[in-house]
Amino acid sequence: MPVVSWVVPKPLHVYSLNRSVKAMVTESSFEVSIPSETTAGQEVQERIIAMLESFEFSARDVFGMRLALEEALVNAMKHGNKMASDKSVRVLCNVSSEKVYVEIEDEGEGFVLEQVPDPTEDENLEKPSGRGIMLMQAFLTVVEYNDRGNCVVLEKLREEEETE
Amino acid sequence: MASNATRRIDVEEVGTVTIAKFLDKKILDETNIQIIGNQLFGLVDEDARDSIVLDFSNVEYLSSAALGKLITMNKKVKAAKGKLRLCSIRPEIYEVFAITKLNKLFQIFDDQESALASF
Repeated sequence: MPVVSWVVPKPLHVYSLNRSVKAMVTESSFEVSIPSETTAGQEVQERIIAMLESFEFSARDVFGMRLALEEALVNAMKHGNKMASDKSVRVLCNVSSEKVYVEIEDEGEGFVLEQVPDPTEDENLEKPSGRGIMLMQAFLTVVEYNDRGNCVVLEKLREEEETE
Repeated sequence: MASNATRRIDVEEVGTVTIAKFLDKKILDETNIQIIGNQLFGLVDEDARDSIVLDFSNVEYLSSAALGKLITMNKKVKAAKGKLRLCSIRPEIYEVFAITKLNKLFQIFDDQESALASF
């Protein structure tokens, strides 16, 4: 809460003197198309994480986003594109001081989210796969698929910090 | 272990118990996970160890594919009538186990000492 209260109210960010100048930059974006290869996926992940860090997202936000990106990229390449060398994954990323927005689109047929079994059910607990989407949903604010199921939106609002 | 890949786990004996400590901070990349999985399975398949503690002290990130390998490892150890314990898992990583309810499947301990004491 600002200490000075009798002056004409100004936009909140003016009081946040402890924020670095970088955080005053409104936003940063990029869009790329990458091959269905894990190294390409890792590079995009690092690029997005670097953006989060430059916008000073919390360690927990970074952890959740990195995990979600890994799961979503692997899903796109492995399940969407079936690791085909001629199929790409489009990644759009926009980072602002409020949130991270990522779109990941593959060239596959898509899938039906409601048909993905719950990995925490007893009969599924010991299956080696099927947990990616659940983890994405647990750590992010929004996980949304388009109708076809070949494009996912991952959104993370900045974690609220205690201002004491 | 007959493996040409770089060692991804550090193996140590404490009495009859094998402590396998992951060396990677990030267990994310699929190729890496394959290699780690093979080195873990080798402990049972090739070295016939049956009392194993997996130490996660160095691990900062873990993907669901890595969880899959751990589940397979658990099955192998059970099939060999052995015991598997996990220890030294950071809170965020533990959360991943809790969300996926795998904290009920695995026996997880705070540190090596308590894991060793459980055998």
